[in-house]
Amino acid sequence: MDWNKGSGWKRQAARGLVFLAAAGMMAWGVYRGEMTVMLGKAVNVCLECIGLG
Amino acid sequence: MSAWNVSDWGKCMKIRQEVKRKIVQIAAFGFSNSYLCNFAGGQLYKGRWKQFCNPGMNCYSCPAARLSCPIGAMQAVSGSMNFSVSFYVTGFVLAVGVLFGRAVCGFVCPFGLIQELLYKIPFPKKKLWKGFIYVKYILLAFFVLLLPVIHTNELGMGAPAFCEYICPVGTLEGGLPLLATHPELRKVVGALFSIKACILALTLVGCLAICRFFCKVMCPLGAIYGILNKISLYHMEVDKERCISCGQCHAECPMDVDPVKTPDSAECIRCGKCTACCPKEALALKFRFMDFR
Ligand code: SF4
Ligand code: SF4
Repeated sequence: MDWNKGSGWKRQAARGLVFLAAAGMMAWGVYRGEMTVMLGKAVNVCLECIGLG
Repeated sequence: MSAWNVSDWGKCMKIRQEVKRKIVQIAAFGFSNSYLCNFAGGQLYKGRWKQFCNPGMNCYSCPAARLSCPIGAMQAVSGSMNFSVSFYVTGFVLAVGVLFGRAVCGFVCPFGLIQELLYKIPFPKKKLWKGFIYVKYILLAFFVLLLPVIHTNELGMGAPAFCEYICPVGTLEGGLPLLATHPELRKVVGALFSIKACILALTLVGCLAICRFFCKVMCPLGAIYGILNKISLYHMEVDKERCISCGQCHAECPMDVDPVKTPDSAECIRCGKCTACCPKEALALKFRFMDFR
């Protein structure tokens, strides 16, 4: 079996780093209250989305 | 009964793979848009699920939508008075992308399913000129990331520029149903809506002629997941010893990818059509530690 090596160590390191950064960003965003801003926008009709903005 | 040959086996594999994928797509579509009754009154779902992002494109102004659109939410937060970057949404998109890459497009994006159904309608089919695939990166950089932050009003609030000037998903899923049910909104329709309606019409005609036209040319979310295809946990492997260079995989690919040459292509939506059609089983889609061939 000679499956091409899809995952060199650089790729694995990049994957790990991006995942850790992503998890940290999500936690920081939740901590500083971004979810509330997002919810406020998402539950009201977004005039820009529907083309009236 | 005649004996099965290799081509019957190949056809059976293709159908099985496509049926499995369609079941996942329909389930994801149903979960993302479960408030169908809201279409009648033209109101939006206002519950807690809207604090979470949909991994795919689905306008949060669609009456049936349960989750928030990540591209809309990214612009809404970065254009708000208090924040100039949306860490929460960016982190979510990066995490999903690094795990699954564009398999999100192939399996769970609601607008991806809509486009595949549109492409089934009889219409002269065309191939996309390759240069157009870079348009989505320009839309991502300029309309999603830059304009909401730099083009602000006196209160420091930026408009969600991609939603406002481009997004045909919003016009289709949010604009048309809400205009149909709200006479007061119809009174304020102006030039901007006409522009967006033209973009929607062009996109729909594009989707009739070219498989996943919006994904290939316009989707900023697909652009992010496509970049992450290079490192995502779910990826494509090619057994070069088994491959006989017959080109069937390339011919079968709805995204015009040659998976033997570019298994990590930013265009590959991991739909599995190539792995199912390969007569030598030289292609496999798998997680790094688990074989899902
Ligand atoms: S490219 Fe965009 S619209 Fe297409 S499937 Fe992916 S997220 Fe959905
Ligand atoms: S390369 Fe294969 S998995 Fe990727 S989009 Fe094309 S057919 Fe689907």
